[in-house]
Amino acid sequence: MIAYIVRRALYAIPILIGVNLLTFALFFFVNTPDDMARLHLGVKRVTPEAIASWKADHDYDKPLLWNSQAAGLDKVSDTIFFRHSLKLFVFDFGRADDGRDISYDVSNRMWASLAIALPTLLVGVLINITVAMMLAFLRGSYLDTWGMVICVMMMSVSLLFYIIAGQYLFSKLLHLVPISGYAPGFAAAKFVILPVVIGTIGGIGAGTRLYRTFFLEEMGKDYVRTARAKGLSEVRVLFRHVLKNAMIPILTGVVVVIPLLFIGSLVMESFFGIPGLGSYTIDAIQHQDFGIVRAMVFLGSVLYIVGLILTDISYTVVDPRIRLQ
Amino acid sequence: MRSTLLKVEDLRTWFNTPEGIVRAVDGVSFEIARGETLALLGESGCGKSVCALSLLQLVPQPTGRIVDGRVLLDGEDLLRLSEQQMRKRRGRRMAMIFQEPQTSLNPVLTIGAQVREALAHGSERGDTRRQAVELLDAVGIADPERRYHEYAHQLSGGMKQRAMIAMALAARPDLLIADEPTTALDVTIQAQILELLRELQQKTGMAILLITHDLGVVASMADQVAVMYAGQIVEIATRRALFSEPLHPYTKKLFRSMPAASKRGQALDVIAGSVPSLRQTFRGCRFAERCDYVWELCREREPAWHAPTGHGVRCHLYDSTSAGRDVDDRSAASGAMSTPFAGGEQTLLQVSGLKVHFPIHRGVLRRVVGYVKAVDGISLAIRSGQTLALVGESGCGKTTVGKGILQLVYPSAGSVMFDGHELTRLPASQVRRLRRQFQFVFQDPYSALDPRMLVAESLEEGLRALGIGGSRDARQARIDALLAQVGLPTEAKGRYPHEFSGGQRQRINIARALAVEPKLIICDEPTSALDVSVQAQILNLLRQLQDTLGLAYLFITHNLSVVAYLAHEVAVMYLGRIVESGRAEEVLENPKHPYTRALLAAVPRIESGSKRRVIRLEGDIPSPSSPPAGCHFHPRCPEAMPVCRQDYPGSTHFSSTHQACCYLYPPRAS
Amino acid sequence: MPFKLIFLWTDILIFLLLASVVLFALYARRHEHLRVPWRQVRRRPLAMSALVVLSLYVTVGLLDSIHLQRRLEGATAGQAHYATNIESLLDVVCSPLRERIEKSYSAPLAMYAFSREVVPRADGRMSFEYPRLRFGGAQLRDPSERGTDIARRIGFGLLLAIVTFVLLASGVVLSIARRHNDSVARAVARLARGDIETPWRAILATTGILLSLGCVALSLAGGYHILGTDQVGQDVFYNSLKSVRTGLVIGTLTTLVMLPFALAFGVMAGYFRGWVDDVIQYLYTTLSSIPAVLLIAAAILSLQVYIATHEESFATIAERADLRLLFLCLILGVTSWTSLCRLLRGETLKLRQMDYVQAATALGVGHIQIMGRHIAPNVMHIVLITVVLDFSSLVLAEAVLSYVGVGVDPSMNSWGNMINGARLEMAREPIVWWSLTAAFTFMFGLVLAANLFADAVRDAFDPRLRT
Repeated sequence: MIAYIVRRALYAIPILIGVNLLTFALFFFVNTPDDMARLHLGVKRVTPEAIASWKADHDYDKPLLWNSQAAGLDKVSDTIFFRHSLKLFVFDFGRADDGRDISYDVSNRMWASLAIALPTLLVGVLINITVAMMLAFLRGSYLDTWGMVICVMMMSVSLLFYIIAGQYLFSKLLHLVPISGYAPGFAAAKFVILPVVIGTIGGIGAGTRLYRTFFLEEMGKDYVRTARAKGLSEVRVLFRHVLKNAMIPILTGVVVVIPLLFIGSLVMESFFGIPGLGSYTIDAIQHQDFGIVRAMVFLGSVLYIVGLILTDISYTVVDPRIRLQ
Repeated sequence: MRSTLLKVEDLRTWFNTPEGIVRAVDGVSFEIARGETLALLGESGCGKSVCALSLLQLVPQPTGRIVDGRVLLDGEDLLRLSEQQMRKRRGRRMAMIFQEPQTSLNPVLTIGAQVREALAHGSERGDTRRQAVELLDAVGIADPERRYHEYAHQLSGGMKQRAMIAMALAARPDLLIADEPTTALDVTIQAQILELLRELQQKTGMAILLITHDLGVVASMADQVAVMYAGQIVEIATRRALFSEPLHPYTKKLFRSMPAASKRGQALDVIAGSVPSLRQTFRGCRFAERCDYVWELCREREPAWHAPTGHGVRCHLYDSTSAGRDVDDRSAASGAMSTPFAGGEQTLLQVSGLKVHFPIHRGVLRRVVGYVKAVDGISLAIRSGQTLALVGESGCGKTTVGKGILQLVYPSAGSVMFDGHELTRLPASQVRRLRRQFQFVFQDPYSALDPRMLVAESLEEGLRALGIGGSRDARQARIDALLAQVGLPTEAKGRYPHEFSGGQRQRINIARALAVEPKLIICDEPTSALDVSVQAQILNLLRQLQDTLGLAYLFITHNLSVVAYLAHEVAVMYLGRIVESGRAEEVLENPKHPYTRALLAAVPRIESGSKRRVIRLEGDIPSPSSPPAGCHFHPRCPEAMPVCRQDYPGSTHFSSTHQACCYLYPPRAS
Repeated sequence: MPFKLIFLWTDILIFLLLASVVLFALYARRHEHLRVPWRQVRRRPLAMSALVVLSLYVTVGLLDSIHLQRRLEGATAGQAHYATNIESLLDVVCSPLRERIEKSYSAPLAMYAFSREVVPRADGRMSFEYPRLRFGGAQLRDPSERGTDIARRIGFGLLLAIVTFVLLASGVVLSIARRHNDSVARAVARLARGDIETPWRAILATTGILLSLGCVALSLAGGYHILGTDQVGQDVFYNSLKSVRTGLVIGTLTTLVMLPFALAFGVMAGYFRGWVDDVIQYLYTTLSSIPAVLLIAAAILSLQVYIATHEESFATIAERADLRLLFLCLILGVTSWTSLCRLLRGETLKLRQMDYVQAATALGVGHIQIMGRHIAPNVMHIVLITVVLDFSSLVLAEAVLSYVGVGVDPSMNSWGNMINGARLEMAREPIVWWSLTAAFTFMFGLVLAANLFADAVRDAFDPRLRT
């Protein structure tokens, strides 16, 4: 088990290097630092001096991969690749275009992201399991058929619609909760409720459908027939036998996204004015702040890989058949 | 006379499918007395499992429904009960075990929890945990305290079936329904489970409804036998009566189509065609299409049930009006076959010291920490035109031997000499060219044909790949000839595999192998997925091809009666090694190795009354990744000696052809 | 010729896709393993209704994918001058809608602008009032006639719809009657009972509803902006129609561009295993480890910089927008091929153990042939299911990406851009709801139809999920 985790963690290193090379290529080869400077300074006032000073300000006034003018180790370390890409490995994200420390911002903002994303996930999964189990229990009935139709309709609606309609209904018409904003600590509750409700509703359609197929698949298996042959009631069969088996794909599907919750949801956070990493990223994209985007890409990859490892571990917890080697 | 426990009257269970109604059970009636075993015998698809599920009202919903009939358990009609009331009968009055112990146990609950669950609602409250452990003990699970906490995947197949039995017995049912309880198990394990069922029946006095397709199992277990065909029961009799004097033409044929040593050199009797689809509505007798005795009446009117002396049969032959019709054996004449091919003296395939080891990786760096020794140094030789049977239980590595010889898996060591070519040393391109000389016929006729390809495309593939068969037209002509050779109509060319029955598919597979004119065909259990009557067809075909084409077969099987019928030579394999080999008559009539003897003893025989020494093997086959030290067989061997634990025994020759590896015999050179 | 045809990159790909769909249909007709599941799809009423809706969208999209430039009048002989703007066939058809541009917002079917303006009155004084629209309801002298005018137009539209519908339905009835050798009356009865293999009842009902909606819209659009106008006074109905193509392109081309990679890599990884598998697995794990939105953002930002620095290489705005759309499809494809690749690898691992693959090896069939003849046809159902299931999520993703600012070009019509533009007006009182509603409704229609159709396809092709 430990050996397995160590091996997976080691396997993450080439992947992260790959991610870094990819973003490096996107940001520095396709767009040279000169292009970036021009973009930021505006096309009108571009003089070579302005570009040079912008590059110097942002630490881009170095060769990309190999500094032939530097001495010794600096040949490698005094380059853009080393200073902007390799440093990500020690979670040193450098500074944003406006001079703020990215690492500091990230560590501050992720809690707000989590405050929205975690309850959305948990409430969503609980509701989806409940509804899916109900539909699977009533499989073939009118309730099941119409439930599925409603699910398809719900998943055909854009998330943006849920957000806009929700904000209009709950905040503008009914004045139940503030339309957007955030406060630290327990005061966050009133800001968190609406995004969580909307996020949950938005996920019900797809989630319920998926989980229902998990349940139905398990219900067709031989061991369910055995349980029925023992004389167990249908409810008992469902809760004791089917639920436990269906939880395996459900749980492992949930575990893989848990680390990514730190990154938050771009759309939700920007609509509701939550100062989390999602709105941080969206601002960076809109301000074309490459430093932040790069940092978020790296962070996202790390969290994704952590999620994969956690998934494998969670398999061993919920499924006695699996032992990691 | 014992009192009647269960009486089934005119049971009908139908399924609604998009293609129409399937009448899986169509008017079935039978009785079971207390403490008696009734075997429901039938081929796959005849409705016997659905019949069993109907008794418990566990027919898959909503497609299946019981449309008519009565199921009287101690006089109470179960079909009139509410689901609530029926639930109280399930498990408590009637329990069931299933064919696949692998999937019938919940993978994420402990064995103990599942047994307890059956207890808790059935018997009086109390220390259910202790009772569960006792039950596990009673069904012969060693170390029940530990097994109680284990999961299904940690148990072997036989052990799982024991756990299923423990669950079924938990509430002391009056009737145990066993649906093919040993079909998924090896012969030696099957013998253990059947023995257990017999013991438990004696102890508890429960009745057993045993559903099976295996005449051998029927012979060793049943008091009464009901033969089922196409949704109906065609014959009911005591075991003795049925085996000594079967009445229905179907039953007669079934007995005669069984392969056995006594039928060597002759063709087996076959039932032509295959089981009819249950989608149709039948007008006359359902067996009419395949019957040797058929006359007009059979196609026009459904035969009535005749039970003059307690031996019931559904056939027009026994109508009072049909008296005088010839009921005697009709088909014996077709049995004769050309003189068996003598077999050349020339050795076609010589395998020596073949090893196939699969590495086991562990740890951070995926280092190889051991090997699964699937095949661990076997040697054998096949002469052209002869059949070598490689016999062994599942997991012994016999299929890997076949694939190793064909270079479908790469051997780790050893040599495979085929017709003067050392296959293991040839480069891949040359092996490819030689492939037309040796072919493979697979066990499962369903997965062996690409479902997306027309039969003609499948047959043509080898010809095209190896660049033989000449022009397009010549290839087509050849395909026609091949189909005729395996007894299929030419129209089969333009159809897809799913349109054929299992037996027909196996014929197509054989045709595909024959297409490239091989000298050797490796047959991997080619009949084990087929029904008895179809098995005979395929065995006849293989024999006939050997006679006419001079093919050599490596026949991989676990079925000793097939071996006795077909093989010239036999090699018995246990855990990656050959423990005994020799000419068929030598090995089968005078087995030397304790394992061979146990295998032979474990085969349920149809010939009742024959006195055999019963050798029951304890325990399961060990894992080939950590075989026991010394002789691999010693932990299960009834005659194990201290020396067996130390070194693997050398071989002893009993004749120029017969040899075995066992310490019971002093090493002797031939 | 009074115009010249222009082929944008996405146009070419769309027609390529159309051609391959037709080829696939011909291929499927000859192969039973494909024909049978499609027949099953054809029997499902809901799926066929969805197909009717989808084909309407596809027609609009295809009309919008034939681009041309008009020849300008007064060109000298032998040398033609063409207009600088590119139009599509849809633009030509809808030119009344396109050209009747108001000043700014106006509500659906309105005659007056949404906001008050200072207008000079007849007596010379200035007044602060809602001005009449230039086109919307301009045909009416008396504003009070609006109600009757609208009712009249709706009535006319419905009449038109009924006439067309009756013609269409009688054609269907006649063909059914001929096919089953039945009288017309019996054919009508069968149709009404739904007792035909193809669910014509559902198809006709859907067609009828769409026809009435379409005819009413057509008849109303002659005099009004039926869905209002947006900030720059453009007709919202026209915008919504123009956005159809964008949605379709994103939903289809994305999967098309990724398909060859996913198929080739997935099958190869599963078939060869060993180092090939390691490399391919590394590739897709790396790509899928980057959060999709961020990868898209990074790529689109790079593209933006590229376009900004190479402005001279794009002749028209349409070409620039088209390139960005294509690039968006590519990058969306890169982020979405990984999951299909993983699925195909898993399936191939299973298939290569199948006896028929082993049999082919034993017959000396080469690797490429085995992959092409045995593996690929047997994983095709997975590919098909993925393609139809992905379509709707991609259409929805376009809106979100446009909102984030990394979607299609801001100059391009898309539902995402419509929503994005209208969202800013949410705070207005009274609220400007029509742009949003139109975009969401059009999108919902397409996605719902696609989802329903995809469901039927999945049920028919995935044996595991049959319940």
